[in-house]
Amino acid sequence: MAIRQLASFAAQRTGLCWATPLSGQASTPLATALRAGWCKGFATVEEGFKYATSHEWAKIEGDTATIGISDFAQSELGDIVYVELPEVGSEVTKGENFGVVESVKAASDVYSPLSGEVVDTNQTLTEDPGKVNTEPFTDGWMIKVKLTDPSQADSLLDSAAYGKHCDENAH
Amino acid sequence: MTRQSYLTRGFADDASLSKTPLYDFHVEIGGKMVPFAGYSMPIQYKDSIMDATKHCREHGSIFDVSHMCGLTLKGKDAVPFLEKLVVGDVAGIKNGSGSLSVFTNEQGGIIDDTVITKVADDEIYLVVNAGCREKDLAHIGKHMEKYKSEGGAVDMTVHDDRALLALQGPAAVETLQPLVDLDLSKVYFSDFHKLDIAGIPCYLTRTGYTGEDGFEISAPNDKALELTKKLLENPRIRMCGLGARDSLRLEAGLCLYGNDLDEGKTPVEAGLTWTIGKRRREACDFLGGEIIKKQLAEGVSQRRVGLVSTGAPARQHSIIMTMEGKEVGEVTSGAFSPCLKKNVAMGYVEKAYAKAGTELQVSVRGRTSPAVVTKMPFVPNTYYKAPTTAS
Repeated sequence: MAIRQLASFAAQRTGLCWATPLSGQASTPLATALRAGWCKGFATVEEGFKYATSHEWAKIEGDTATIGISDFAQSELGDIVYVELPEVGSEVTKGENFGVVESVKAASDVYSPLSGEVVDTNQTLTEDPGKVNTEPFTDGWMIKVKLTDPSQADSLLDSAAYGKHCDENAH
Repeated sequence: MTRQSYLTRGFADDASLSKTPLYDFHVEIGGKMVPFAGYSMPIQYKDSIMDATKHCREHGSIFDVSHMCGLTLKGKDAVPFLEKLVVGDVAGIKNGSGSLSVFTNEQGGIIDDTVITKVADDEIYLVVNAGCREKDLAHIGKHMEKYKSEGGAVDMTVHDDRALLALQGPAAVETLQPLVDLDLSKVYFSDFHKLDIAGIPCYLTRTGYTGEDGFEISAPNDKALELTKKLLENPRIRMCGLGARDSLRLEAGLCLYGNDLDEGKTPVEAGLTWTIGKRRREACDFLGGEIIKKQLAEGVSQRRVGLVSTGAPARQHSIIMTMEGKEVGEVTSGAFSPCLKKNVAMGYVEKAYAKAGTELQVSVRGRTSPAVVTKMPFVPNTYYKAPTTAS
């Protein structure tokens, strides 16, 4: 994931704005943005899920994974106002961007923790993007993916390791 | 893919950043500090930008805007000197009042926007943008040197010894009134007073940049925290960061220098023709006056407009297109409006598409969404204006 907000805030020479010099595309990983030292809430970590260091989670059931962003990520972003998701049938690749979440000021790319084919997307987020804030690990899920290689999950963090990762990010 | 390098190396406590007198207080109450125009400033506190924006419009908020640069021009020629550099009718401002204005360059482009207050015939108080400070001071200084060498009487003082707070929102008056010996019901939008607030010698201007009624208060640095805490005694008042400040000014249709205004745009293109006083329009005897005079007579090819769009929020640099896909402009500021719950933006479009109600499209990450040219402010302002008969 990537936050345009802070990035462009810095780029902004004068005024208040931090909407990115994005030319429609630019973005910065959330993990990078989080190093800017935002204060911490009390983000939770869901047991049994797998996590990417870029703050996405995967709930793996057989050869299918449900994917979303973590409580830590949503609490850092603030109120989510728009979610952009891929088409069912498209391919996602581990470590590559598959969608965008936007808060009041930030547009952030979401990276897929695993590779595979998108078999379902959470259409309720179109009408109610705030679900990503309120239920990041359940109703706020983003896509379901039929995995190309379920063993890719071995390289992801478990909940304990991800919790530690968040603590290290927290200032 | 553009990444700003500061994110990986620059922290808000970076030693190279300046701090306002309220820095420790911001940190203490949970401010998320970010680098901004050379200062470490709170982007938000513990409440979200959404909540903080709404709170200001429903109750009231204090913004630390001490990074902005206050300065005074003094001398019997202060007014004629300043009129060479700005488009406003400074001589026509009544003493103790003020106006938004802009500094122009030789091409009529906007060097900065500024709030000018005519304290007295020989005293002008201005506030300029933090990010433009150095170039503004150099610009004023250069022209002042020449002006003085030709016998003009004017001097400049930069108020680095003073902090600036903005108290904004419907609860601003009830918060300030008990602390001053002045009937605020007689103090109108843009009015200026030097007075004691809770015993602290301040400059008070009934202005702000949120679209709400409110005040900007210049106080000595060493009294800024005491004053802030005094204002916060009203439980309706909260500290508010730059994040919500940006939402508020955009909802109010107010320009942000560096986004919506720059040296390549004239006040006519920017929809700020109203800042050019009637007397100034006829003479156009300020920098770039000839170009602006021509634009006033013949019109301009592009204009700043407001846009309301659906889909993904159109942010700065999003392309504005016709329904047929012809590119006609670019967004200069855009965000989701916390108060209106929809995407609002401003940008520049070709004149033919600038009329309110014109249906256009915005392109965000390669996808287009419908957008409608919309009159600004998006959220009606609540300035406390003098009854027209009284002014």
